[in-house]
Amino acid sequence: MLSEYLPILLLFVIASAFAVGSLVVSSLVGPRAPNPTKLAAYESGNEPLADVKGTRFSVKFYMVAMLFLIFDIEAVFLYPWAVVLRELGWFGLVNMTVFVLVLGVAFVYEIGRGGLEWD
Amino acid sequence: MTAHDLVFVIVGLVTAVSAILVVTSRHLMHAALYLALTLTGIGGVFLVLGAGFIALVQVVVYVGAVAVLFLFGLMLTRAPIGREALDSQNRGLGLAVAGALFVLLAALIIPAFGGESTAEVTGPTIEAIGIAIFADWVLPFEVLSMLLLAALIGAILLARREAGESGTEAEVTRIEMGEALADEPDRHEAVGTSAPAGELGAGGGR
Repeated sequence: MLSEYLPILLLFVIASAFAVGSLVVSSLVGPRAPNPTKLAAYESGNEPLADVKGTRFSVKFYMVAMLFLIFDIEAVFLYPWAVVLRELGWFGLVNMTVFVLVLGVAFVYEIGRGGLEWD
Repeated sequence: MTAHDLVFVIVGLVTAVSAILVVTSRHLMHAALYLALTLTGIGGVFLVLGAGFIALVQVVVYVGAVAVLFLFGLMLTRAPIGREALDSQNRGLGLAVAGALFVLLAALIIPAFGGESTAEVTGPTIEAIGIAIFADWVLPFEVLSMLLLAALIGAILLARREAGESGTEAEVTRIEMGEALADEPDRHEAVGTSAPAGELGAGGGR
């Protein structure tokens, strides 16, 4: 029964092998000639003007994560529903529609408040 | 020792080691990432126990959302993201609570399941769970949507108030489509933070 998950294990193994392999090979093969300019922040990351410690991120990140958490729980219920959708027929469809619509109320509320605008 | 046991031991070891690293790590961000690994490992334990759906929920909800929530929480509070000020003075208390919990769980689980045969465990399939939800538990399922709705609205209100809005009832409960927040463009100036670099992420131009 666990053997059903063998492809997932293989995926893990291949993904980690690729990640570790890339790091090892590049550290072995890649040339290293560091200079101050190369070690500076890359691209749009400017040198910090002030101490970054103590700077807070916008609470909007947390908002998005919290909303995601709850819609994630909603999505979790979609999995067992989707698997047996044909057996349940209209009954299942109607019930799931009610479930999604109730949570949609909060979604509309949040959009109405402008909470998803990043301004 | 069957292959099943072997997988369980490996998954359990990864979970236990990463759980220990959560509390011994000197770096708060690393601790949060080890927590994500621990939660993934717990998902693996559920998988070994034949509870595929619970494993899925564990990974999707806990690793996918709760761990991210932890990381964001660390970033937007003034938590010491660094190597200092992490050592709690409550080690003895923590040890006592953890030990008591272990003894309690062992005292419950070993008498309850100690005599069971060690044959392969099988949990309900995801199809059985889907059928059960809609055959027997439709009403709790719909009530659950109300609970989630309340959680959503509460989260929205709390976060708005913390973001520095005035917090008066009339202001907070107002619903307007379109130009809802057009009249308060400087909401973030009211946060009262003295951070000289402003808010990371919101500006981006610094």
